[in-house]
Amino acid sequence: MSPRSVHWFKFSSPSTFYPVAGKISTVSAVIAVVLIAVGLYMSFFVAPTDYKQGEGYRIIFVHVPASWMSMFIYVVMAGWAAIGLVFNTRLSAMMAQALAPTGAMFAFLSLWTGSFWGKPMWGTWWVWDARITAELILLFLYLGYMALRSSIDDPRRGDRASAILLLVGVVNIPIIYYSVQWWNTLHQGATIKMGEQSSMDETMLITMLVMTFAFWAYAIAVTMARVRTVILERERTTTWVRELAMGER
Amino acid sequence: MAEFFHMGGYGLYVWGSFGVTAICMIAEPLLLRGRSRGIRKRIARIARSEQGAHQ
Repeated sequence: MSPRSVHWFKFSSPSTFYPVAGKISTVSAVIAVVLIAVGLYMSFFVAPTDYKQGEGYRIIFVHVPASWMSMFIYVVMAGWAAIGLVFNTRLSAMMAQALAPTGAMFAFLSLWTGSFWGKPMWGTWWVWDARITAELILLFLYLGYMALRSSIDDPRRGDRASAILLLVGVVNIPIIYYSVQWWNTLHQGATIKMGEQSSMDETMLITMLVMTFAFWAYAIAVTMARVRTVILERERTTTWVRELAMGER
Repeated sequence: MAEFFHMGGYGLYVWGSFGVTAICMIAEPLLLRGRSRGIRKRIARIARSEQGAHQ
C-alpha cells in the first residue's frame, strides 16, 4: 500500500472518524443557520412577486431544494453502499445508514410542499403524474432501506442486503430527473437546466440557490451528528466507545 | 403585517409549506440529540456496571 492510501483508510475507521464528524457537524450547522436566515429573508422580502403565480410561487424556495436534496442524498447513499460492498468497510455502511432518515425527510417535504403548491396552481392536492409518482417511490425506497436494514439482526448482513436495495433503486433517480421530458406530464419542466440559460428571474434563482446550499449544509450537519450516534450504537462493545462514554460523565 | 401573512391569498399554501418544512428541520436535530444522549447514557451505565462486577 502506498502512503497515500494508508492515509485515506485511516479515516475509514469509526474511532478516527468520530471526532472528525463532530467537527464537520458543528461547522456545517453554523453555515446552515446563517444560510437559512439569509435564504428566508430573501424568500419573503427580496424575491419579487411572480407575475403569473403571485405570492404562491414562493413555495418553490423550499420545494425545489428539498426535492434536489432528496435525490442527491439518495445518490450519495448508494455511493457509500457501493464502497461498502466493494471494500467491506464498516464506516461506509454507517454513512449510508446515517443519511437515510434525512433523505426520507426531504422526499416527504418535496411531496408535501409540492402538494401545497399543486392545490392552488393545479386545483388538486395529488395527481399520479410521472414525476410525483417517482418521487413517492423514492420515499418508499428510503423507508424500505431503513426497514430492511433494521429487520436483519446481523448488522453486517443488514448492510449488504440493504446496499443492494439501494443500488437497484438508483434507477429511479434519472426517472425522476428526466420524467418531465420523457412523459407529457402535469409537473412543469425544469426551470434550471444544466448547461442552459435559466428561464428564471435572477433574484429568484439566487434565493433558490441560497436555500439549496442551506439545506445542503443542514443535511451535512445532521448526517455527521447521526453517524456519530450510529458509530456509538454499533461499536458500543468496543473499548474506545466505553472509555468515551465513561469520560463524558 | 396581516398582508404579509395573507400572501396574496396563498397564505395557507405558503405557510403550510414553509411551516411543515420548519417543523421537520427543527424536530430532526432535536430527536437526534435525544437519541444520542440516550445511547451515551446506556453505554456509560453498562460500562460502569461491568467495572463494578470485575472489582
